[in-house]
Amino acid sequence: MTSLPSLQPILPELIVAIGAIALLLFGVFQKKDTTRTVSWLAVLLLIVAGIVEHWGTTGRVETFGSQFVVDGFARFTKVLILFASAVCLAMATGWLRKEQAERIEFPVVTLFATLGMMMMVSANNLISLYLSLELQSLSLYVLAAYQRDNAKATEAGLKYFVLGSLASGMLLYGASLVYGFSGTTGFDALAHAFGNGIPVGVTVGMVFVLAGLAFKTSAVPFHMWTPDVYEGAPTPVTALFSVSPKVAALALLIRVMIEPFGALTHQWMQVVVVISGASMILGAFAAIVQTNIKRLMAYSSIGHVGYMLMAVATGTTEGVRGILIYLSIYLFMNLGTWAIIMAMRQRGRLVEKITDLAGLSKTHPGMALALAIFMFSMAGIPPLAGFWAKLYVFMAAIHGGLVILAVIGVLSSVVGAYYYLRIVKIMYFDEPAEQLDKGVGTSLTVVMTVAAIVIAVVTLIPSPLVNRAGAAAATLFGS
Amino acid sequence: MSDWPLLTITTFLPLVGALLILTIRGETEMVARNARNVAMLTSLATLVVSLAIWNEFDPKSADFQLIDQAKWMPGLAINYKMGVDGISLFFVLLSTLLTPICILSAWKAVKVRVKEYMIAFLILETMMIGTFCALDLVLFYVFFEAVLIPMFIIIGVWGGPRRVYAAFKFFLYTLLGSVLLLLALIAMYYDAGTTDIPTLLAHTFPHGMQYWLWFAFFASFAVKVPMWPVHTWLPDAHVEAPTAGSVILAGVLLKMGGYGFVRFSVPMFPIATHDLAPLVYALSVVAIVYTSLVALVQEDMKKLIAYSSVAHMGFVTMGVFTVTTQGMEGALFQMLSHGIVSAALFLCVGVVYDRIHSREITRYGGLVNRMPAYAFVFMVFTLGSVGLPGTSGFVGEFLSLLGAFEANTWVALFATTGVILGAAYMLYLYRRIIFGKLTKEDLKTILDLSPREIAMFAPLVIGVFWMGLYPSSFLNPMHASVAKLIGNYHVALNMAHQLASAAQ
Repeated sequence: MTSLPSLQPILPELIVAIGAIALLLFGVFQKKDTTRTVSWLAVLLLIVAGIVEHWGTTGRVETFGSQFVVDGFARFTKVLILFASAVCLAMATGWLRKEQAERIEFPVVTLFATLGMMMMVSANNLISLYLSLELQSLSLYVLAAYQRDNAKATEAGLKYFVLGSLASGMLLYGASLVYGFSGTTGFDALAHAFGNGIPVGVTVGMVFVLAGLAFKTSAVPFHMWTPDVYEGAPTPVTALFSVSPKVAALALLIRVMIEPFGALTHQWMQVVVVISGASMILGAFAAIVQTNIKRLMAYSSIGHVGYMLMAVATGTTEGVRGILIYLSIYLFMNLGTWAIIMAMRQRGRLVEKITDLAGLSKTHPGMALALAIFMFSMAGIPPLAGFWAKLYVFMAAIHGGLVILAVIGVLSSVVGAYYYLRIVKIMYFDEPAEQLDKGVGTSLTVVMTVAAIVIAVVTLIPSPLVNRAGAAAATLFGS
Repeated sequence: MSDWPLLTITTFLPLVGALLILTIRGETEMVARNARNVAMLTSLATLVVSLAIWNEFDPKSADFQLIDQAKWMPGLAINYKMGVDGISLFFVLLSTLLTPICILSAWKAVKVRVKEYMIAFLILETMMIGTFCALDLVLFYVFFEAVLIPMFIIIGVWGGPRRVYAAFKFFLYTLLGSVLLLLALIAMYYDAGTTDIPTLLAHTFPHGMQYWLWFAFFASFAVKVPMWPVHTWLPDAHVEAPTAGSVILAGVLLKMGGYGFVRFSVPMFPIATHDLAPLVYALSVVAIVYTSLVALVQEDMKKLIAYSSVAHMGFVTMGVFTVTTQGMEGALFQMLSHGIVSAALFLCVGVVYDRIHSREITRYGGLVNRMPAYAFVFMVFTLGSVGLPGTSGFVGEFLSLLGAFEANTWVALFATTGVILGAAYMLYLYRRIIFGKLTKEDLKTILDLSPREIAMFAPLVIGVFWMGLYPSSFLNPMHASVAKLIGNYHVALNMAHQLASAAQ
């Protein structure tokens, strides 16, 4: 008879899990339509979980026989994930109502996906890593195909599922190789397992694991699914894809590379450098020819992941701090941009061509200003927040000796600036053709306004973000 | 008064004005009028505060003065720090002087989206002043780059027919140069442990690193100045930008490049500067001669003046890299003079463009008959551009040529041909527009300068003569700072030579 493991570290996960099940039961057993109640309760649940996550634990705690770990790094990224999911869900509610596609499954599945992401961040064993990753992925496959009458959405869901399963397979194969050659799946044990030489099998296994995780972060050359899925999935789902799973996958990738495979830093660094450089370049060039704003955002996110991976490649505290700052700022830029994309309707019908934004500065000055702020920020032009995100990752890269990669990075950021500017140009320089609908709804307006203000003022008060990210990054290297 | 954070006030006052304008609501006509008034008052107030800076400035000291600082980036030695010395002081004044004039020039010319226009201009002013006041490299970079956003919007929204192309070219060209500066800046941070400019000025960078850093800075500033062969964005941007945009572009933005050379490249990387100065001389001389020749054949007034700007900035880069007292002060003076003269010339083009809506030189002729006051004003600035003794252009060109002569006779020889060519294209332009028979029908009813336009030109005319006749007011505050810069430069070079000979 063993004693019950400590539940306190997983309290936020429990809240989300039990809450999701309760909401599902509530929704199913109620006779009348409860979607709105369920949605807002789900948002509330995520916020409560975020609060518990932030203040519930201190220091580094493990539970379930070291399968699960909570440290400063996990707390920081989980708060980001919960916040992003809550915002996405809040934005989705109104959008789905307008599309007459609201069902209680949406908030519930989103909750399960978020639960998977939270567990990914805290995974401390190859087994828990795989389980959490699958919980997240399966929920996201469902969400991608959520509009099941829509051919594009089902295609996106299927594509995502097939390719995602392949990636999961690779990851599992890599994990089994690592286990076979080292005799353990625990991250703590792996970290100390390679004292006298690294077996080739572990290196190969590590590369497979890395490939699987690179797929989840949509880094080149595992990015193929991204544009199609981003375009096909319902916009609120795409918005979710672009933030929460990215944060989770990157956090997981960082933890796996730095903790268990810390001894293989030299080996994975070479792989990550190539992936990072290729992502930055592809993200910059492929986006130029896009006409669909959702596809454009897909390539933009590939580029952003490239910059973050550049900081991963340094394998230093500074690099991780850079990524955490980047992720936080990226979150706001993206949520704001997606709020605007969700608001793109002409006479009630959704539009998603970039040219549909023509003359937005005349018809919707506030929205145009917000989108311009996001675009300049994504291009990394100071004084907007995106500049600081780039500055911190470039600082880490230069300090880590990755000068060539940094040069590739800045040059592709100039190329990338072109397509961000093109959106500004379409909004500000072109004459309006058919104007977008007014009255975009409270939640979208709030999200875009708050995000724009945050992006504009981070320059003035950077310390809360930078200090927290620095402290969180340090915990990863504490042991 | 002296314990007020004058520089911070000067820098951010326009931003406050921009926020005020942002809150204006109501009918289009009223919004436009209020926006104009608020912008004008804000920029005038900024000018007054900046004059207080001049008043407080101690010309005998070579150090940075009126320093404001605050903690900024936690965990890194990056702080908010502002200050001026003899080198930057007048660029601040130039920015604050030209902005109200620009706003005045757009009073009637800009009819659509007046509110946005005024906001863009005030934000631009904040960024310009900040660039010249920043005493932290990251802060400098933030302001330096942020200038692109309002300028991109100004060219793109209120520009001419090819405005989109010009705006993109301007933005991407300058961004491409600047990102390398960003990497260099980070490398410097890790070498010196700070981005504080006074500390960096005292820091000696390793010999091999200096060349890389120098080239990275050069990439950024050479595009901004612009130097041949990366000048091609300038004619496009000038031609397409609205009048006030051209004025600021020629008057202030180009000076950021020259200022960057003086502030960073020369004092921070003395060895690289010494070894690579011939490259700069060569590019400068090519710029002076080649763009002067190009200017001779232009059909478009703005394009002609744009090319003349490249030529005049050639004197600046040449003067800076001679690293002699005359050359350096001449270059600084030339920048101030060019800031006023070229700005005024673009305003002159704007005056006739507002009336006839054409920049074609052949569209005009014989304007002196209908517009005597305009002809006079245009003549003053033409002669200022040519460098007639008694105008501001003469002092700058003469001093920088003197410096060049000291450093390298051949450079001076070729550069001097640029003075002759300059006289040729400017006088040729003047003859074609102002003199001759008044044959075009619509020119027969053209009106002379309005009181608003006279108010716009008056301070610039005074400036040209003041700088030409009594340059000491401007040169005196520079002396100490320039002397210190050159002194440190030679000390650093000697040390490097001693190290090199000791190693042998």
